[in-house]
Amino acid sequence: MNADFYDEMYDAAGTLRPHYRVFAEWLAAMPPERRLRKQAEADTAFHRVGITFAVYGEKAGTERLIPFDIIPRIIPAAEWTMLEAGLRQRVKALNAFLHDIYHDQEILSAGRIPPEQVLNNTQFRREMVGVDVPSGIYAHIAGVDLVRAGAGESYVLEDNLRVPSGVSYLLEDRKMMMRLFPELFSRHQVAPVQHYPDMLLENLRTVAPKGVVDPTVVVLTPGTYNSAYFEHSFLAQQMGVELVEGRDLFVKDETVFMRTTQGPQRVDVIYRRLDDDFLDPLAFNKESMLGVPGLLAAYRAGQVTLANAIGAGVADDKSIYPYVPEMIRFYLGEEPTLHNVPTWMLRKPDDLKYVLAHLPELVVKEVHGAGGYGMLVGPASSKAEIEDFRARIVAAPEKYIAQPTLALSTCPTFVESGIAPRHLDLRPFVLSGKSISMLPGGLTRVALREGSLVVNSSQGGGTKDTWVLEN
Amino acid sequence: MLSRTADHLYWMARFAERAENLARLLDVSYQMSMVPQSLAAQNENWRAILALNSLEGAFAEVYDTANVENVLRFMVSDASNPSSILSCVRAARENAHAVRGAMTAEMWESVNATWIELRQQDFEQILARGVSEFFDWVKLRSAVIRGVTFGTMLRDDALHFIRLGGLIERADNTARILDMQYHILRNGDEGASDFYRWGALLRSLSAFQVYRKVYRDAITPGRVAELLILRRDLPRSLHACSDGIVRMLQLIANNGSAETQRQAGVLHAGLHFARIEDVFASGLHEYLTDFMDRIYVLGDGISQDFLVPA
Repeated sequence: MNADFYDEMYDAAGTLRPHYRVFAEWLAAMPPERRLRKQAEADTAFHRVGITFAVYGEKAGTERLIPFDIIPRIIPAAEWTMLEAGLRQRVKALNAFLHDIYHDQEILSAGRIPPEQVLNNTQFRREMVGVDVPSGIYAHIAGVDLVRAGAGESYVLEDNLRVPSGVSYLLEDRKMMMRLFPELFSRHQVAPVQHYPDMLLENLRTVAPKGVVDPTVVVLTPGTYNSAYFEHSFLAQQMGVELVEGRDLFVKDETVFMRTTQGPQRVDVIYRRLDDDFLDPLAFNKESMLGVPGLLAAYRAGQVTLANAIGAGVADDKSIYPYVPEMIRFYLGEEPTLHNVPTWMLRKPDDLKYVLAHLPELVVKEVHGAGGYGMLVGPASSKAEIEDFRARIVAAPEKYIAQPTLALSTCPTFVESGIAPRHLDLRPFVLSGKSISMLPGGLTRVALREGSLVVNSSQGGGTKDTWVLEN
Repeated sequence: MLSRTADHLYWMARFAERAENLARLLDVSYQMSMVPQSLAAQNENWRAILALNSLEGAFAEVYDTANVENVLRFMVSDASNPSSILSCVRAARENAHAVRGAMTAEMWESVNATWIELRQQDFEQILARGVSEFFDWVKLRSAVIRGVTFGTMLRDDALHFIRLGGLIERADNTARILDMQYHILRNGDEGASDFYRWGALLRSLSAFQVYRKVYRDAITPGRVAELLILRRDLPRSLHACSDGIVRMLQLIANNGSAETQRQAGVLHAGLHFARIEDVFASGLHEYLTDFMDRIYVLGDGISQDFLVPA
């Protein structure tokens, strides 16, 4: 065990943590051949089911498996209770913030956040000012990335409020684990997760436009070449709703319809997995072939609900992230349960000066970046890479933030050389509608390369099943 | 259901059916090439397969002679040939992938697994194993997909569009196979070998034993044509296909589909009441060509009415 990092399975003295005891006994008793056979079975099944993701920058249509590790990440009940409370609090405040900045902007008047940070942000959508959305909810589906660092305390790494993905892997990982090792589930009280599609559908139905009794919900996908297409299709199927592309929809009299074999049918709620910019070529990116002309007008008229709302991205922007604890205090009058990672905002001269002097120790991220693209992990980068990044920062410091390199917690993971600790994070999914609901646990992503801190699947990350124990 | 979803399901079924029928056609040609005949006559058969799919030009760009091996390679595993079995299976899989949520998990997996297995075999391996074994595999996979479809899908429009696509394609393909083989057989040297050729044609359409059972008599061209065109109870006959097409169209009908239904009805009535003597009187080739044209027009109507509405 590497004592420099908090390990989920072993404490600093190398003693097994109590919630892993039963699992560790089981693992120790498993012959290596069985393990290899099971791993191969998992790979075949994932391929056959087609649980793959498209990789950008590689040949069009390249599909890869996301590596699946059979050692689960186990979370004791008490720990989850604490995390869940923190997540509810945080998402509630984020939704309150979004409603506020598109209406009275009290938090700006109160001087808690510099107004230009919000109003000049490219993710702030002027079109949404004064628009009322059902239940005042903007981030219906939020993916909040949590990491554990230092001596074991949890931090929020980022909030994903636009089109967070990964929930299908979470569900498939559980299905796979139960198929491969059913005996494990009789020895542990693992909180179930398979009801997520029902929760999601129920959540989407509660935010239908006023007066709609039996709302028609659809999932809007950019199409088969999108990296998360599997998930779009999976969720539509599991919810039993249509998976539509922009060309399947049209707007007439500020009402959205889909083209069906029986003629046009009205659509009430769109779970869109398409960025704001592509939603409506009349309002946003004119080049977009993926969107629906007139959708924004229908949305503003209250004739259709978009989940997540247009303009939700302003609250998960990395330049706004440092203010989330302040939002919790301002809107809820509470102290934040979950910590933020200390963040330097490079638009501030003092922060910039400090960061430029400490690049080899820090993680620098693009304010608008996502998916692990366009970031610098100081300790893992060469001199040349650091200097290259330094030039980019100096050219446009306002585009970057920096954070200390967190000593992310590790969990034993099967790699080529055997079992070794690998860094991981956790993405729980929080659903907001008439009320807040969430799955126990979330998606655990693991960085398979030794020492790597980047868990994104586009950067060679894998996943683990995540167990919240019920006792 | 969503028009685009229906479109993908319909074309998935068409491409899967096409792959199967191509395997059937190539298999019968391969079987016939083993009947003693001149090399020239043999190559004529293989050229006819290319002509059937209007592929002579595309073929000539890559290969010099239309012999057994070249044509098989081109029609089985050449990715540059949009009509090869490889391309058809890929197109079926891509259509399924686009709407995998609209089918049962077993169905998607059977289509996807077929593609994965096919992709892993190169042509040399197929040759080494024996092409007939490969064709049997294609037919078997098609049967698996069809079986899973029927065994797991809800009886709703998704299934009806899948059925419709398969029937339209099969109607066209049976007519094509019959037209081509009949042409070769009529122009070939008469003789005992004819028995084997007609036998191979019947086998390729899974109709050999049926023929025996129905006619209990020697194989004659007139009866072969009657069986494959007019027998309502032979699943691959033109009559059976048009029966199914009319039924499916009734199930999916919408406000704008009356004309397409009328055309299907006319086509069906023609088959229902025809006598094989009349078919031959007007010329079998002309009859089959007219049939294929009508199927084409029907496909067009289905597209406009349901799949790609303006």
